[in-house]
Amino acid sequence: MVSIWQLFWSFFKIGTFTIGGGYAMIPLMEKELVDRHGWLTAEEFMEILALSQTMPGIFAANMATYVGWRLRGILGAVASVIGNILMPILIILALAMGLHYVQGSPVVEAIFKGVRPVVVALIAAPVFRMAKTANITRYNFWIPVVAALLIWLLDVSPIWVIVATVIGGFLYGKFVEGKEATS
Amino acid sequence: MLALIQNEVVEKNGWMTSAEFTDIVATSQITPGPIGINVATYAGYTAVINAGYDPAFAVFGAFLSSFSVILLPFIAMLVVGRYLMRHKDNPIVQTVLSYLKLAVVGLIAAAALLLVNPETFGTFADNPLQLFLSIALFVAAFFASLKWKTSPILLIVLAGVVGFVVYYL
Repeated sequence: MVSIWQLFWSFFKIGTFTIGGGYAMIPLMEKELVDRHGWLTAEEFMEILALSQTMPGIFAANMATYVGWRLRGILGAVASVIGNILMPILIILALAMGLHYVQGSPVVEAIFKGVRPVVVALIAAPVFRMAKTANITRYNFWIPVVAALLIWLLDVSPIWVIVATVIGGFLYGKFVEGKEATS
Repeated sequence: MLALIQNEVVEKNGWMTSAEFTDIVATSQITPGPIGINVATYAGYTAVINAGYDPAFAVFGAFLSSFSVILLPFIAMLVVGRYLMRHKDNPIVQTVLSYLKLAVVGLIAAAALLLVNPETFGTFADNPLQLFLSIALFVAAFFASLKWKTSPILLIVLAGVVGFVVYYL
């Protein structure tokens, strides 16, 4: 039986030593969970990865939740998630408190003026990569376009877009594709 | 996730300005941890501070935000996640998931579009240099990330240096 402390510590390492966002944790997660401890097979790891990406919430936290639960139930899930996010929270807090002293400083403002457009680019770039993975075709490209326009121009909350997509997808799958399969 | 946080924190509640949001996204790229957690922590702290409370209370706000942002997914993973794992081959499940993936592309595009504003890029009237340089940086970073998969950390550090040199010196 996997120890709770071990779960906490593994995810603590993963959370502390990955820079650049949740997805950057994937290699370290694989190293810890599959290679080092053998808690998951490579295939299980991939499946849980896909699930964590699809489910709402933060990818890294979802991974920790499911893996922790798998190995030690609810307590394992809690230990894993807390381990994963504890250090990031502390670091950001330290930064937030420090930032308040330097905010408005011309040096910091100058640096961020250069950085801000790059952030937008970093958010925008994956859109194209994701479009390919999501199998965007000329028949379904209206979905992301409409979703984007609704949120950007009409101030629709993304939550409604997601709810509408799930309901729409469910109805489409049940009635349209269902009929095609049986006819 | 970013799109939703942006919607709630900046657009709907005005707890942070667009610039503050972009700044924390930038900082999150160079610090450990998932961006969602970092942004939630920072937003929690900043929102409380901006509202005029003292830092101790803001720390509580930061922890509260982080806790809240993972609470529902935590429950969802354990309830819905297990269901999905068992039924992942169900065609309806797969259809819904495929449509969700498409919608998410739109969500992220919207997040980027919402950041195309004077706070991020500057205006022609105020500072044409900033506007043109920002557009140039955007285009360069966009292609570097898309075509060469350049590390976001590198891009942000370089952009910071450029900003420092151009705007401060």
